[in-house]
Amino acid sequence: MLREFKLPDVGEGLTEAEIVKWHVAAGDAVKINQTIVEIETAKAVVELPCPFEGTVASLMVSEGQTVEVGSPIIAVATGDADDLPSTGGLAEDLVPPPPGDQPEGGKRQPVLVGYGVRASATRRRPRKAAETGSPVAPAGSRSAAVTAAPASFAAPAATASGSATVPVRGGTVGVLAKPPVRKLAKDLGIDLASVEGSGPHGSITRADVEAAVAAPAPRAGAVRGREERVPVRGVRRATAQAMVASAFTAPHVTEWLQIDVTETMEAVRRLRQLPEFADVKVSPLLLVAKALLTAVRRHPMANATWTDDEIVVKHYVNLGIAAATDRGLIVPNVKDADAMSLPELARALAELTERARAGKCGPADLTGGTVTITNVGVFGVDAGTPILNPGEVAILAFGQIRDMPWVVDGQLAVRKVTTLALSFDHRVVDGELGSRVLRDVGDMLEDPLRMLAWS
Amino acid sequence: MTADASHGVDTPPELVQLLTPEGERVEHPDYDIELTEEEVRSLYRDLVLVRRIDLEAVALQRQGELGLWASLLGQEAAQIGSGRALTDADMVFPTYREHGVAWCRDVDPVKLLGLFRGVSNGGWDPAEHNFHLYTIVIGSQTLHAVGYAMGLQRDGAEAATMVYFGDGATSQGDVNEAFIWASVTNAPVVFFCQNNQWAISEPLERQSRIPLYKRASGFGFPGVRVDGNDVLACLAVTRQALRNAREGQGPTLIEAFTYRMGAHTTSDDPSRYRLADELEAWKLKDPIERVKAYLFKNRLADQEFFEKVDAEADALGKDVRGRCLTLPDPPPEAIFQNVYAGPHALIDEEREQFLTYLAGFER
Repeated sequence: MLREFKLPDVGEGLTEAEIVKWHVAAGDAVKINQTIVEIETAKAVVELPCPFEGTVASLMVSEGQTVEVGSPIIAVATGDADDLPSTGGLAEDLVPPPPGDQPEGGKRQPVLVGYGVRASATRRRPRKAAETGSPVAPAGSRSAAVTAAPASFAAPAATASGSATVPVRGGTVGVLAKPPVRKLAKDLGIDLASVEGSGPHGSITRADVEAAVAAPAPRAGAVRGREERVPVRGVRRATAQAMVASAFTAPHVTEWLQIDVTETMEAVRRLRQLPEFADVKVSPLLLVAKALLTAVRRHPMANATWTDDEIVVKHYVNLGIAAATDRGLIVPNVKDADAMSLPELARALAELTERARAGKCGPADLTGGTVTITNVGVFGVDAGTPILNPGEVAILAFGQIRDMPWVVDGQLAVRKVTTLALSFDHRVVDGELGSRVLRDVGDMLEDPLRMLAWS
Repeated sequence: MTADASHGVDTPPELVQLLTPEGERVEHPDYDIELTEEEVRSLYRDLVLVRRIDLEAVALQRQGELGLWASLLGQEAAQIGSGRALTDADMVFPTYREHGVAWCRDVDPVKLLGLFRGVSNGGWDPAEHNFHLYTIVIGSQTLHAVGYAMGLQRDGAEAATMVYFGDGATSQGDVNEAFIWASVTNAPVVFFCQNNQWAISEPLERQSRIPLYKRASGFGFPGVRVDGNDVLACLAVTRQALRNAREGQGPTLIEAFTYRMGAHTTSDDPSRYRLADELEAWKLKDPIERVKAYLFKNRLADQEFFEKVDAEADALGKDVRGRCLTLPDPPPEAIFQNVYAGPHALIDEEREQFLTYLAGFER
């Protein structure tokens, strides 16, 4: 028989989860407690074990989809008739049983907290009539409904002479299918109009829909259209909100500077040979970070926050590094980066990027930043106009490093050149100060010895 | 008892260990244990079975069948070692994670699941198993245990009380009060602290500046740290502490140094606050693997034995699953059952009213 597993509340009081990764596909054999899917809730990424043994009939939701607790996510065909007790995942329970037919061991409905309540418990039984023994059935009771049903069924069936196609509201052509079957088709992305009905009066049954899933070729075009709608959530939504808030509250100014970093590249090469850096990655980003830390120490107003009433100047630097991860853009920061020695900073940057890539940055990593670097050069572009991380007044974009013709001592030479772009919040930082900060960073990267001189 | 009260805070922590993570049997000057081959094998079996029960319960929660579960993964040796040191007459006060101790006290695992499934407010008769109900409040059971121990003392019973709690609970006032009462009354109680390094997301260094077992000296009774992943050491140390308690030598604090390999509960995500390499390091100290290595290397068990235990564990998992899914809901009037030990006029009246009210509905 076919069993459906409904998304449980794996925390306490969660309402939905995102399907991160399926570990099984339709047709796979599954065992009880085999991991079938990874989901991400508001609290955690969690692996779900399969409650049934059998063969996967269909995956009812796709990766990336956000699913409400209680929605069926997978259908498993089990060989046995019913030797396992019900786990609240039976397909049939999508159809509410008639009142009075509910067995004592009724199906469970997931709720916000806990493992779910029995379906029967959520429905109120009618109070007994005050006059005992009244035999009159209230309107809408089973007996009334039974007499009414055939009449309404017969009419369309007769006119359409057995065809499943009947006129529906809005002038579009509809099909006969029970609501749970419609829901299943919707969940599976099946257009009911393309399904042949085998039920009474040509209605489409659950089996018809599942058969349509099993024969995917003809409907491939229907699912993948010319446009795709990607739900906005998680990191995407957070990024969007932060960027809009920043772009439309802080008046941004961006300045550009192209510089010769040949000496910086040489310094990177020599640092790599020092025993202090034997076990840690030394990249140009390390020296850019050091240069920015040095520059904001010389110009503390660039390491500040605007609060409408006052400007909070930070005497510490939590250096944010914008990182592109599988889950989207995040900006974790190195706490008290200004107090670190160069090897410490190198290690901290390496650990932070590692954590970011592994998706393990906690709230502490992501909050409290004071100034940010975005290393867009890794994507092979020269620079951009970065948007401030909310709460900060400066952000430095660091472009790609490439060989360029450059005039050195009146002679044309091939040098390593990069572009820096500094965006700042004009409420706090004027053009003069912004220029000084950017020029300082540029000077230090053109001649790294200045970092020593200014540290 | 050599884990004496004179431990200074400046001496490095000492760890009682009888079986290394590699499965080597080592000697300890103060604690030794003589076990038959059969006894070691049965300890191994218990460790494997309780881990299997725990895994099944976590899976059931993930499938929406339990509201919550607190996994004991990694703490099996601390619980089985200490639990097997108890005699029938001893009384146990657990937290909500003592599934291994419950196993040693013959509490049906499905009764534990009933609590987390929400079909029971307790699940078992504490007097029948001498195993108190799970306590959710952190640390309060230490006071109950000391009170019970003082009762045993006044009865002149040849029994002791053992109370379980975690590293986080040591920061609670209740636990410190319990230490004081136990100390000044010389109560026959063993404080068994499973230091699993994490109080949900708070690491041990935010609970104490000194090793926890050294706290006992400040209260005036002995404390000892035992390798909580070493079932033999846990058994040896707990046996001695319980014997001392029964013989009128007062309380002992045992700090079982272990690690919570899973989440605090199924609602928790440890990857948000601790690094994966810490877990990897503790996996090398796994409580079950070392016993298996010991049995295998010393030819005390063969492959057939291990396969038999694994098969038994799988059967147990299946049995627990099946019985959990068919646990009946309690009747509505069950809420009146355990308010008072005996009949009570007001409760009887309320029950009658409630049942009459329910009878006023159609079925």
